[in-house]
Amino acid sequence: MLKIDKLHAAVDGKAILNGLDLEVKDGEVHAIMGPNGSGKSTLAQVLAGRDTFEVTAGSVDWDGTDLLALPAEERARAGLFLAFQYPVEIPGVSNAYFLKAAVNAVRRHRGLSEYDAMDFLSRVKAEMKAVGMREEFLYRSVNEGFSGGEKKRNEVLQMALLEPKLAVLDETDSGLDIDALKVVAEGVNRLRSPERSMIVITHYQRLLDYIVPDRVHVLSKGRIVRSGGRELALELEQHGYGWIESGAGAAQAAGAAGG
Amino acid sequence: MNTIDTWVARQRERAATLPGAALPWLTGRRRNAIDSFAAAGWPTSRLEAWRHTSLAFLDQQPLAAPEDAPHPATTLAALRADFDDGGHWLVFVDGHFEPALSVRPPLPAGITVSALSEALARRPEAVEAAFGSAAGDDAAVASPYALNLALCSDGAFVHLSPGTALEQPLHLVFIGATGAADSHLRNLIVAEANAEASIVEHHLGGGNTLATVVTRVQAAQDARISHVKLQQQDEQSIHLANIEAEQARGSHFATHSLSFGARLARNDIRTRFDGEGCETLFNGLYHVDGRRHVDHHTLIDHARPLGTSREHYRGLVDGNARGVFAGRIIVAQDAQRTDAVQRCDNLLLSKMAEADARPELEIYADDVKCAHGATVGQIDDSALFYLRTRGVDETHARQLLTYAFAAEVIERIAQDALRRHARAALLSRLPGGALLEELL
Repeated sequence: MLKIDKLHAAVDGKAILNGLDLEVKDGEVHAIMGPNGSGKSTLAQVLAGRDTFEVTAGSVDWDGTDLLALPAEERARAGLFLAFQYPVEIPGVSNAYFLKAAVNAVRRHRGLSEYDAMDFLSRVKAEMKAVGMREEFLYRSVNEGFSGGEKKRNEVLQMALLEPKLAVLDETDSGLDIDALKVVAEGVNRLRSPERSMIVITHYQRLLDYIVPDRVHVLSKGRIVRSGGRELALELEQHGYGWIESGAGAAQAAGAAGG
Repeated sequence: MNTIDTWVARQRERAATLPGAALPWLTGRRRNAIDSFAAAGWPTSRLEAWRHTSLAFLDQQPLAAPEDAPHPATTLAALRADFDDGGHWLVFVDGHFEPALSVRPPLPAGITVSALSEALARRPEAVEAAFGSAAGDDAAVASPYALNLALCSDGAFVHLSPGTALEQPLHLVFIGATGAADSHLRNLIVAEANAEASIVEHHLGGGNTLATVVTRVQAAQDARISHVKLQQQDEQSIHLANIEAEQARGSHFATHSLSFGARLARNDIRTRFDGEGCETLFNGLYHVDGRRHVDHHTLIDHARPLGTSREHYRGLVDGNARGVFAGRIIVAQDAQRTDAVQRCDNLLLSKMAEADARPELEIYADDVKCAHGATVGQIDDSALFYLRTRGVDETHARQLLTYAFAAEVIERIAQDALRRHARAALLSRLPGGALLEELL
């Protein structure tokens, strides 16, 4: 469903993605791992449509649509969801308002009726319960004063409500203790389905103990240098990223890809 | 034309019909005030306090009562529909008290709520102490308020005996209709020890007119006064307002200025802490578009120790409009353990919009906690992107963030009905307001 072909992207004239290829089929969960600065978050932001990043070459095909031609909001309505590494605080906008505006924008696009206040509340309360969020978070400003874990739960809540076809989770594990990580991972796992693909971006393999990926890719200097199954994440855990960056891992990767 | 001489002549003409014309202390103060105004003229940009808001154009400015305006009763009914509080409503049309439109339920003993004209007739000695004079002010800087004193034709007089409380907010409604090209109102609020009241000024209508309003608040020991001024005059009118408070030990004064209407609106707002442990909140929101202009000048004088002040102003500046803020906080040498925060933040909604924000702290004490800051900026890109990634289109996302920025000021208004009313007034001004309202 998603095919990224030789994607190059830059910010302020500095190249960050350098010919990235990736193919994600319906229902698959792909993990993208890599050291800091390898381009993981840039990939997430480019997919979501942040225009501070300039795509200088390459293409992204999404079920026959040129993803890069769509503005961010249209990508979202068509079913792309980005769980932010650093969810943005929006003082003065209540979480309830925000969630309702988002859900109804997406539902309108899909030809579904908009929720009225009652239906929306019962739906959102059920989903909040599932990710362990107290109801008071509905009436607080979006992410304002939320702890790291609360922000991430709020992201998973939005994902559950928006029912995306493709979810990109950008370091959803960062800043979480083990209990919060489990809750978030359970939330994600509940959403796994044959129609929904996921790209899970993470620095540590820890998250992949709970969200078990179909494929693991290693990103280095803006390119995928190695791909494999789950065991690749464990190898990285053992050897560290230096193993890839020193060239040995990358060489093996080339071999693996060839074989 | 309205030269200074015209104003002097006008004052002479009206003097005999102004309320309290038979009171020597008042006629004397009025005469001094018009002399002071005549000598100073309208403030111009040569004065630091009026640098961005010269009133020199008023010399050339023909003013005229609108030929057509909604009936004041209609304007009032629309306003009152938002409130269901059984409180007092004093209504003034074109500068004069309208008993027929006013609503005056019985009051607890010890509380007076009346028109200034009534109070001057019944108990002038009480008014005298609260009335104020043009003396002592910097004549050049305060000349519009000297004109107010010289010409004021009415206003509200509120007196709260010790320990009394007005249960419901007192609404003062000032409507500019077809009867006058200029109106000058003076409100006097006297709260004795431990008294408590909430007072709301609504300024509506006006056309190509000049309205001056002076509101004076005296809060005795431990008194609590909340004041809201909601200015929604016609977009051709000129609104000049002075809010002045004196606070005794332990008193609490909050003043909210919501400035939405008028072609030019100037608000001079100040308080002085005359005793220990005073608290004050200055809270304000302005929205200007087109070629309109709004200016807030504030002064919080921490003259005594242990005072707390919070000052938050926000501006939405669109079109070719201009928003000005200058806030000054003085902490006297004796005012140890003062806690003061002052902020002014502006959102520019167009390329040609302009905002000037100047915070100023003068601290002479050494054991104080003071913070200030001012910003002029655009909508936060990362918040905009976040909303867009959730399917909200860019236009709506901008409207939502604009509203949210402004709504933080409104959320500081404690009374529910008033807060809802202010929110609706804001939404009715913003593009996309109807859509936002539906979702709130």
